[in-house]
Amino acid sequence: MGNWDRFIETFFNAKVMARYWPDIVDGLWVTIGLAASVVVTGLVAGLALALLRSLGWRVVNWGIVLVVDLFRALPPLVIIVLIYFGLPSLDIVPSGFVSTWVSLSLVLMAFSEEIFWAGLTAVAKGQWEAARSTGLGFGQTLLWVVLPQALRITIPPLTNRTIAITKGTALGSVVAVTEILGQASSAVSNSYNPSPLTLGAAAYLVLFIPVVAFGRWVETRFAWRR
Amino acid sequence: MAEPIVRATALHKHFGALHVLKGVDLQVAERELVFIIGPSGSGKSTLLRCLNRLETPESGSVVVDGIDLLDRRTDLNHARQRIGMVFQSFNLYPHMTALGNVTLALRKMAGKSRAAADAAGMAALERVGLADRAGHRPGQLSGGQQQRVAIARAIALEPRVMLFDEPTSALDPELVGSVLAVMRALRESGMTMVVVSHEMGFARAAADRVVFMDDGMIVEQGRPAEIFETPSQARTQAFISQIQRH
Ligand SMILES: Nc1ncnc2c1ncn2[C@@H]1O[C@H](COP(=O)(O)OP(=O)(O)OP(=O)(O)O)[C@@H](O)[C@H]1O
Ligand SMILES: [Mg+2]
Repeated sequence: MGNWDRFIETFFNAKVMARYWPDIVDGLWVTIGLAASVVVTGLVAGLALALLRSLGWRVVNWGIVLVVDLFRALPPLVIIVLIYFGLPSLDIVPSGFVSTWVSLSLVLMAFSEEIFWAGLTAVAKGQWEAARSTGLGFGQTLLWVVLPQALRITIPPLTNRTIAITKGTALGSVVAVTEILGQASSAVSNSYNPSPLTLGAAAYLVLFIPVVAFGRWVETRFAWRR
Repeated sequence: MAEPIVRATALHKHFGALHVLKGVDLQVAERELVFIIGPSGSGKSTLLRCLNRLETPESGSVVVDGIDLLDRRTDLNHARQRIGMVFQSFNLYPHMTALGNVTLALRKMAGKSRAAADAAGMAALERVGLADRAGHRPGQLSGGQQQRVAIARAIALEPRVMLFDEPTSALDPELVGSVLAVMRALRESGMTMVVVSHEMGFARAAADRVVFMDDGMIVEQGRPAEIFETPSQARTQAFISQIQRH
């Protein structure tokens, strides 16, 4: 058997692939569910923090900056492990899925808060003044005048950051989440053959290439024009 | 004299250690057009912004159309609908059409339906000669047109007083006339106006009174001809001759 055949046998083993691809597809659905949950909760929490910060309550803002810096500094895997193995000592026993979801949401919250905040502060002060001078209140000005402009500036960096963080769903395999990488890993140990990893990589490509292409489209579509 | 529609009394305002308004009194009668002139940094904008409480003076009082703007119980958002303001940099909302700019406060604050707001908004755009630009975004309008939309946004709320902070300073010279024409028409309709500007020709033609400010104080005030030709204070004289050289 030549090297080439051995390579094919190892990474593209048809028999192994045929046996395990349904597991990988199961994993794909878990990854999609996890990623979607992270995107929703992470972005909602990030926007909520940015809006809270815009109220300008000093002590609250210190707290926000502290939390945001904390979750931007910690490696996501460390947060996942801390939650998964740490919380049970407080009698809270999160599943691997929940640990990963919460951790990545916190990370996305932190990064997106900074991006939303940068967008909000980038809107000229004159916009606030003009709106307030017509009698619009703080909340209405934020909602109708400032936020739409801020979001527009925000969307390209936000899309990129969101994609980067949702790829972190693969870290869930460390805490027994049966997402793509988790399924692939157990298939590898059951079959003594790494071909399921190839399938796993293919599944990630199927999932993320459209997402990355979407990000590229968003970036050109929302390039700022007045 | 009838009760003035704007009555600011003994205003003091600091920015940090900087004493920007040093006891300013200003009264504006109904239908009066008051011009405020003075060197850069003399506190003109700050005074104007105190009149709709974009700035809050530390002491003194501001009463507009019978509403005490410094009273904590005053509903500021309600009061501000009676006080239109036009800014040097237009400050139109770039993500909305001209009509959207004009109708936002009508819909959200004055509680008008979209149809009623659109009708009022179109009427306001008509008054500034821009009904045919209702669907344009600010980025598609010239500076002069943008400023006229900003005026329409303010007058659509049917304010009792209009405040203008250097409305033509950011405009190319050839566009100044169109904005001044709108302001003149507004004046002729009987609007009470307080205008910070150095458009001397307009002041001469339209102002009832010119107020000269320097270093946070009102140095002197009077009819345009008095202030421009026979000012009594040396500082006024120096300032007038300086701007007339330009
Ligand atoms: N928000 C602020 N914070 C700190 N200082 C300020 C602020 N607004 C104005 N000032 C200062 O207060 C002084 C008066 O400013 P103001 O804008 O009222 O002057 P002005 O007469 O309108 O001048 P200009 O003709 O240049 O517009 C200036 O020295 C200015 O730098
Ligand atoms: Mg000024």
